[in-house]
Amino acid sequence: MNRCPSLLMGVAGCLALLLSACADPGEVTNQTGPEPQLPKVNETLLPPMKIAKPAGWGNALPLVPEGFTITALATELKIPRQILVLPNGDILVAEGSGGNAPKLRPKDVIAGYIKALGKTDVEGGDRITLLRDADGDGQAEVKTTFIDGLDAPYGLAFVDGSLYVANQDALLRFPYTEGATRLTDGEEVTKLPSEVNHHWTKALTASADGTKLYVGIGSNSNVGERGLDIEEERAVIWEVDRETGARRTLVRGIRNPTALAIEPGTGQLWAVVNERDELGPDLVPDYLTSVRDGAFYGWPYSYWGQNIDPRVRPQKPELVKTAIAPDYALGSHVAALGLTFVTGETLPAEYRQGAFVGQHGSWNRETLSGYKVVWVPFLNGRPSGPPQDFVTGFITGNDRARGRPVGVTFDAARGRLLIADDLSNTVWHVAPTGAMTGSGTPANTPQ
Amino acid sequence: MAAPPVRQRLPHSRLYPLLHPLHALLLAFPIALFSSALASDITYLNSAEIQWTNFSQWLLAGGCLMGGFALLWALVLVARTGATPEERAVRTRAVVYLLLLAVMWIAGLVNSFQHSRDGWSSVETTGLVLSIISTLAALAAGWVGYSSLRAERAYLAEGEGL
Repeated sequence: MNRCPSLLMGVAGCLALLLSACADPGEVTNQTGPEPQLPKVNETLLPPMKIAKPAGWGNALPLVPEGFTITALATELKIPRQILVLPNGDILVAEGSGGNAPKLRPKDVIAGYIKALGKTDVEGGDRITLLRDADGDGQAEVKTTFIDGLDAPYGLAFVDGSLYVANQDALLRFPYTEGATRLTDGEEVTKLPSEVNHHWTKALTASADGTKLYVGIGSNSNVGERGLDIEEERAVIWEVDRETGARRTLVRGIRNPTALAIEPGTGQLWAVVNERDELGPDLVPDYLTSVRDGAFYGWPYSYWGQNIDPRVRPQKPELVKTAIAPDYALGSHVAALGLTFVTGETLPAEYRQGAFVGQHGSWNRETLSGYKVVWVPFLNGRPSGPPQDFVTGFITGNDRARGRPVGVTFDAARGRLLIADDLSNTVWHVAPTGAMTGSGTPANTPQ
Repeated sequence: MAAPPVRQRLPHSRLYPLLHPLHALLLAFPIALFSSALASDITYLNSAEIQWTNFSQWLLAGGCLMGGFALLWALVLVARTGATPEERAVRTRAVVYLLLLAVMWIAGLVNSFQHSRDGWSSVETTGLVLSIISTLAALAAGWVGYSSLRAERAYLAEGEGL
């Protein structure tokens, strides 16, 4: 009779050993900058997973460097993702969550459930909210629905009196008059690839001269595991003519370009890009890169230049030979979703040239990475040093997440950095302490 | 109809099925599903068409689920045999059956994780070998499980041993 328990225990023991034998804590020291260390591919039976479950902020606030003050500009949003500041200082927040990828495999069902444990349970707003902080105290006095009835809006751009909104399936234009608090009557500039929409976010920015719009379109899979037929015009950045809607594909093989921005000194387009999962805790670094017209960045066939991904068949060695490495690694699995450049002299001297990058945070490694906003210093239009933590405190001591940063937007005219947090559904406001025109004390903390 | 004389001397003699009919039905699933997974794995490796590895993943999941119930039942079977001389004779066969199911199921479960990797890595050599192991073990378990035991000979052997 007692043979059953021992047999069962034996089975369980074997399984535990099999799975854990493959676990790799993953502590590569240098994974940022132009030449990150790339360990060997380490595929495991069970990918390393650590989900930071949500914890409220309570009385806590994110941590900012000395000389800065952070406040909650607005709370109780509905999955805020990207932010745009209008010329009059009004702040627009795109809220929503998209994607309609069918569950093709048992894994899709299980992984979907697990990843949802680290997300908000609020339903996406499918709207743009307008926030107004006229007195500059870091708390919005006006919070109103600016545009509703959208379909997972993400990228925002404002050019020449028109607001451009990238829904998950189309690029829209809305005529704007200064001071407006509600817009309707959007028209479609162009449709965007929306089949499946595994990576649904459509990042958006305007060229320095305002004639073109750039749209980041993510891949439809991690690494082609939904078949390559549905990857047509995915993992690309489009250049769309603002007047006609005509488009051309600027770059390819750029797995998931989640935020686009123009470097102010050079007028060059830059992107933050999320790289592939399940090759190990220290592969593949997400990156910040200048977007070089006509370039192929490797996905899905290779990563960080010409390192072959063994999971893609048939391979394409002749195409891989053309793949270029990106400019600057941000670290593996940090999930960079926000990018904004600093201009002007409203911030202290060490923050005059460079970019802020919002990092949503990892799931595919035992040690959490990301979950912060970093500062990447620039010199002459190129990154000039390692990334520095700028806003932290999103993770508690016991690895729970109070918030997850997404879009970051620097408002040069008013010297403030705005951060969308789609876990606590908050927009954070960071400004030099002396510059705060209000009381300067921490605002209400979100629930 | 009169029975043959030899059977008259053995009141308990009969053909003795190892598996309850419901257990037999459960076993039919992993036999069909693991062998189908092997076929779709081979097709994937020959075609690189992603749908075939997706098929394999569901087939393996089904094989593990239904095979898991069969495995639990086999554990009970082994644990409960041995109460009577007749059952003691069944025991060896039941243990062989249990071990085959265990091999099938463990290989199937490991293979399910292997198959949860993306793209080509979902199968490769490892996935194929594991699919072959599960298929062969399932077929062998079926061979053992569906064979009837000659209980009267076993009983005779027990009697002679006394």
